Amino acid sequence: MMLGLASIPGSLFPQRNQNPMKVQEFFKNNPTLAQWLDKAKIFDLYSSPWFSAIYILLFISLIGCVLPRTFEHIKAIGKKPPLTPKFLDRMEGFAELDRPVDGTLDLAEKWLKKNRFRVRREELSISAEKGYSRESGNLLFHLSLILILLAVAAGGLYGSKGETILNVGERFINTPTSYDNISFAKFQREGDMAPFSLRVLDFKAAYDVKTNAPTDYTLQVAAANPIGSKEVLKTIKVNSPLTYGSTKVYLQANGYSPVVAIRDKSGKLIFEGAVTFLPQDGNLTSIGAIKLPDMTPQIGMVASFLPTADRSPTRGAFSSFPEVLDPRLLVSVWMGNLGLDSGTPQSVYRVDTSKMKRIGLKALKLNETYDFGEGTIAFEGYKSWVNLQIVDDPGKMYALFGASFAILGLLTSLFTRQRRIWIKVDGRVQIAGLAKNGVPGLDEELTALKKTLEGLEG
Amino acid sequence: MTSRNLAYLSNYSIYSAMFLYTIAFFSHAVEVSFSVKTTEASEKTTFDFSRTDRAGRIGTAMMILGFIFLFAGVILRGASAHRVPWGNMYEFSITGALAFSGAYLFALVKYKLRWLGLPVSIAVLLTLGTAVTVLYRPSAPLVPALKSTWLAIHVSAAIVSGGVFLLANTIAATYLILDRMEERGGRSEWAKKLPSLETLDQLSYRLVAFVFPLWTFAVIAGAIWAESAWGRYWGWDPKETWAFITWVAYAAYLHARVTAGWRGRKAAWLCLFAGSTFLFNYIYVNIYGTGRHTYSGL
Repeated sequence: MMLGLASIPGSLFPQRNQNPMKVQEFFKNNPTLAQWLDKAKIFDLYSSPWFSAIYILLFISLIGCVLPRTFEHIKAIGKKPPLTPKFLDRMEGFAELDRPVDGTLDLAEKWLKKNRFRVRREELSISAEKGYSRESGNLLFHLSLILILLAVAAGGLYGSKGETILNVGERFINTPTSYDNISFAKFQREGDMAPFSLRVLDFKAAYDVKTNAPTDYTLQVAAANPIGSKEVLKTIKVNSPLTYGSTKVYLQANGYSPVVAIRDKSGKLIFEGAVTFLPQDGNLTSIGAIKLPDMTPQIGMVASFLPTADRSPTRGAFSSFPEVLDPRLLVSVWMGNLGLDSGTPQSVYRVDTSKMKRIGLKALKLNETYDFGEGTIAFEGYKSWVNLQIVDDPGKMYALFGASFAILGLLTSLFTRQRRIWIKVDGRVQIAGLAKNGVPGLDEELTALKKTLEGLEG
Repeated sequence: MTSRNLAYLSNYSIYSAMFLYTIAFFSHAVEVSFSVKTTEASEKTTFDFSRTDRAGRIGTAMMILGFIFLFAGVILRGASAHRVPWGNMYEFSITGALAFSGAYLFALVKYKLRWLGLPVSIAVLLTLGTAVTVLYRPSAPLVPALKSTWLAIHVSAAIVSGGVFLLANTIAATYLILDRMEERGGRSEWAKKLPSLETLDQLSYRLVAFVFPLWTFAVIAGAIWAESAWGRYWGWDPKETWAFITWVAYAAYLHARVTAGWRGRKAAWLCLFAGSTFLFNYIYVNIYGTGRHTYSGL
């Protein structure tokens, strides 16, 4: 319950690990409030110490509650049902039967055993109980919850999670340095990564022509596991990741990398290759930056890539379809100081133009070259890129086991009825029962037993 | 038949269903209102439901017909897009309305629940009305993330659980209203026909206990799917968080009843609270939420 309550703010306030931009925005709009909230770790709620504290408390209380009950239950299974109470007339469905005492207990025992009751036969009475699996299921459910908590903890302490952007044609080797960003869990050793390599062969995206919404993404890779072994052709889709043990490779996002060639005034090639651009909308209008710190003076290009170029008076140039049908590369060329030496890290998708001045602007068609005075840029083509997320979570399988057992336990405990039936024969034949938690169905059973004993049936 | 025709046919079915639910609504309204009998001798109004039994039966018949049309509408919607019809909020809503009225009809077979017909028909009409006006989106294929067998499994489990939770909620709310009446000196005349407080209490408990494992399953199926689509089985996405909160709330409700022996008023309030977390998740998180469950199409 506490964990539930504590998780509420996390769904109302933006979270750093999910949406860092929103958090920044929040800081800008409500600076004071944001500072206070940040002190309470509201923006990193699910990894905050107090959230962990509740988590651990829950864990301890579950163990403290479930373990003793498990031992008790195991003992109870070995034991016989408790003794028949002295006064049956206070119990549910009490009745005196109209039959001779002789043979009653034999008949009753036969019926109870046939109906899979546990029977404790005494000299003058029978005590029978059924539905132990209710408690078994209940305990299985709670033990499974503990397993899930352990699995989640294991996932938090071991494993790794990283991302990499690859252009079609590029190769990836699963080592920490190959990632654009990677985070390791506390006890994970960096050497323990699944030893595989991937080569991106092809990426295809299909779109619905009416709504422009994507309908399918298919990524073909040549994978080698371990590195250096023979490559095998594999397909990765959004809902079917590539799996190596507890490591999985997911297709997360995609976009375009325009291929450009840049020459200086003398015609010397300065740069040639694919530059990754970031999609800005569903039609993959993408923005990016080309930085040329080695030219003197330094040149920076703020660029947009439009897979299917279109114009509107309000929006200017934009892309009207996510597939490449009529591509344009829009470049605005800046000259001056890129500011790369200032020490503050820069985004590779943006140019800091504060110490630069613009010297040119051009919309390039495919295979077109633009001369911006200090040199030329040629728009030679484009490649698709894919963003792969590579996650190693060793706790995952256990969480799944836990979840499956939890369901099983829950069903068993909710749909099993636990009840007792007693028969006493001291002069007269008495019968009664007790249903735990007042669940229905006991009456029918008592009636059936009565009928059997009175010789009306069976 | 082309996809477009199927989509139109689906819309017509939904409209027909709405028409039938409207008749059901009026029949149930007539059933209640025309049973009022004011004799000149006394100031008090009394009710005579024997006079309006026919109206009630017409209401039930219309509810069944409406259910059939709604069912057809949902199926056709799926057929038009070649997929299960759970791709956006419009489709969640019509399927949710279907599950809710289905749960009502199912419970009607077992219990004397016709008194619920009026609120149920209002709720279904409101849901469908919002769906066709505000939430409607043309039938379209799914985005890649939704292309998975888990869509059918996870979403159907969630929708059915939701329908039953809301029915349990309606009953718990009725309990609270009647409870207050009895406290203030007896039920109003119109409420005398309704079942006893104990029956209502038991009924809402049984519905919750019955569907809680299904909800657990829906959450777990969601986690398995999230693992294959998003690379993690649990990420405290707003939708996941609220699904978890709903789960905890209902677990607390079940514990309170079984272990702490809560009955009646306290249990009904807890049930209402748990149900409202579900509704909050469905409405607020779908429309304003920022998480990854942003498939409402709005």
